[in-house]
Amino acid sequence: MHELSIAMEIIAIVEEESAKRNLERVEEIGLKIGALTGVDPEALRFAFEASTADTPLAGVRINIENIPVRGRCLSCGKAIEVKEFIFICPYCGAGDLEINRGEELDIAYIVGL
Amino acid sequence: MNKRITVEKKVLSENDRLAAEIRRKLSEKRILALNLVSSPGSGKTSLLEKTLKALNSELNMALIAGDVQTENDADRLKKAGGKIVRPIVTGGACHLDAKMITGVLEELDLDEVDILFIENVGNLVCPSSYDLGEDMKVVLISTTEGDDKPLKYPSMFRRSSVLVINKTDLLGLSDFDIEQVKNNARMINADLIVIELSCLKETGLETWYEWLRERTAAKKGR
Ligand SMILES: Nc1nc2c(ncn2[C@@H]2O[C@H](COP(=O)(O)OP(=O)(O)OP(=O)(O)O)[C@@H](O)[C@H]2O)c(=O)[nH]1
Ligand SMILES: [Mg+2]
Ligand SMILES: [Zn+2]
Repeated sequence: MHELSIAMEIIAIVEEESAKRNLERVEEIGLKIGALTGVDPEALRFAFEASTADTPLAGVRINIENIPVRGRCLSCGKAIEVKEFIFICPYCGAGDLEINRGEELDIAYIVGL
Repeated sequence: MNKRITVEKKVLSENDRLAAEIRRKLSEKRILALNLVSSPGSGKTSLLEKTLKALNSELNMALIAGDVQTENDADRLKKAGGKIVRPIVTGGACHLDAKMITGVLEELDLDEVDILFIENVGNLVCPSSYDLGEDMKVVLISTTEGDDKPLKYPSMFRRSSVLVINKTDLLGLSDFDIEQVKNNARMINADLIVIELSCLKETGLETWYEWLRERTAAKKGR
């Protein structure tokens, strides 16, 4: 599962950022996960818990914002949301879409003291 | 008092940085880099073996073969005539990442190379998140897998430029519907180039070779 490697990256970034900002304790991590990333939020949560057990990050809350796939149809110009990975405009049936949301795999924020 | 720190950083930013570096280096040398992905056993190594045998006198190929445990694929590629072949044993990881590629590329003399093939670990989920600095991903699916593969693993099909459907010699032995696969794949990625072939019966391979010749020439700016 690559969620484990992704959890390790998150831990490294959180440690770096909290050291930079002089946080003594991290309480919450806010993540954005786009539907196009192929990352399973629940598997990631599990991987994070497993790899932080018995570390200073044990028990930290993970708040995940799931980002749907959104964009614009280049044929009819309407804003669209892609459901079930069917990249076809629901208004005019065209397949040329400009996608601008759904690829996110970001650490949005950290809460701590 | 709790503090809220805005980070807004990509989780894979370090991988993306290394991948961008690889892409820059390979582009400077005008090397076409292809990242081959599929489920285990779809035929990535078989396709590379055939490609080596057919194009070795025409194109200089470097190959990196990723595997969880063994160097078998790298050995097969050397036997098939590969001159620059390097294994990457991930030791459990289900994907290659840019750092592993950087390490290998440092050891290779790439001056005369036209194409770099990277055979990723057999897995349709994890490798899709890791940019290796390639020009394109080539996704393989074989006719012994379900024709709903694209719908189950949309990220990979979305991020690939070419779909190779391998083992067409076995069509008809299962309920795999090749038109259905193409339709499913194109719903996810309308620009996908589809190449149907059989490594075993050596049919359809010429289309693949022709595509490789075109892309290498384009990369060289000819
Ligand atoms: N019938 C048939 N068998 C094939 C064809 N191409 C490959 N195979 C067989 O499929 C099996 C797997 O092929 P590989 O080339 O090792 O597949 P791979 O994608 O490299 O596998 P991993 O590296 O383990 O993910 C081998 O036994 C091949 O001989 C084909 O066109 N037709
Ligand atoms: Mg292989
Ligand atoms: Zn439209």
